[in-house]
Amino acid sequence: MDYRTPIARARGLGSAKDGTHHWWMQRITAIALVPLTVWLVASLVAVGAADHARTVEWIRSPAVAIALLLTIAALFHHAQLGLQVIIEDYVDAEGVKLAALIAMKLLAVALAATAAFSVLKVALGS
Amino acid sequence: MRQPIMARTRPLSPHLQVYRLPLPALLSISHRATGVVLAAGSLVLAYWLVAVAGGAEAFAQAQALLGSIPGRIVLLAITFSFFYHLANGIRHLFWDAGVGFELRTVHASGVVVVVASVVLTGTAWALGYAMR
Repeated sequence: MDYRTPIARARGLGSAKDGTHHWWMQRITAIALVPLTVWLVASLVAVGAADHARTVEWIRSPAVAIALLLTIAALFHHAQLGLQVIIEDYVDAEGVKLAALIAMKLLAVALAATAAFSVLKVALGS
Repeated sequence: MRQPIMARTRPLSPHLQVYRLPLPALLSISHRATGVVLAAGSLVLAYWLVAVAGGAEAFAQAQALLGSIPGRIVLLAITFSFFYHLANGIRHLFWDAGVGFELRTVHASGVVVVVASVVLTGTAWALGYAMR
């Protein structure tokens, strides 16, 4: 049984031309973020009031630095997927929508790079 | 073919200003709202990491800003949004697996999400203050 319309069958593409990719990546990043963010929040509760030297020492541990990088990657990927849907749902004008999507996606990449660089600078710095 | 207006019998969406949202609907839109708060919170995380990398002085400045009363209010909003989005996100993952669609279960898991996010937020802040 094929529930698609005849025109959809003829074109042979999903409604957004990439099928379930967006949905699937959102779930994968969500699953990754469950342990990563619980660890991050628990760590920040413990480290939150520490001075600079202790915070640097914490980030310089390889396991912490790697976990922070993974968290940054999954977090910003997940955030931009979610914000994309919100913009698509609520911004009506096509031009504004496109501009908002581009700005949001570029900002997410820039923030992820900034956060990751900061972690690497602390972790690898002498 | 266009139908005359009188013949359109499709249900209308609820009028949000007069329609009291049922709990699952309220929780659904809250998932979105907390997601937006957390996306904004990722800015705070990036700022904090930049401050750590910037040295002792930049770090002390960031800690003072985040430790101020407005800073704490922002952090509290982020903490609650985090635990809510986490708990309700796990609820969503169960639905994705096809589990928990009974109306009774949807209501019960919704109550669990609200209670868990309040309790976890309180616990995190109590521990945070205890560690100082």
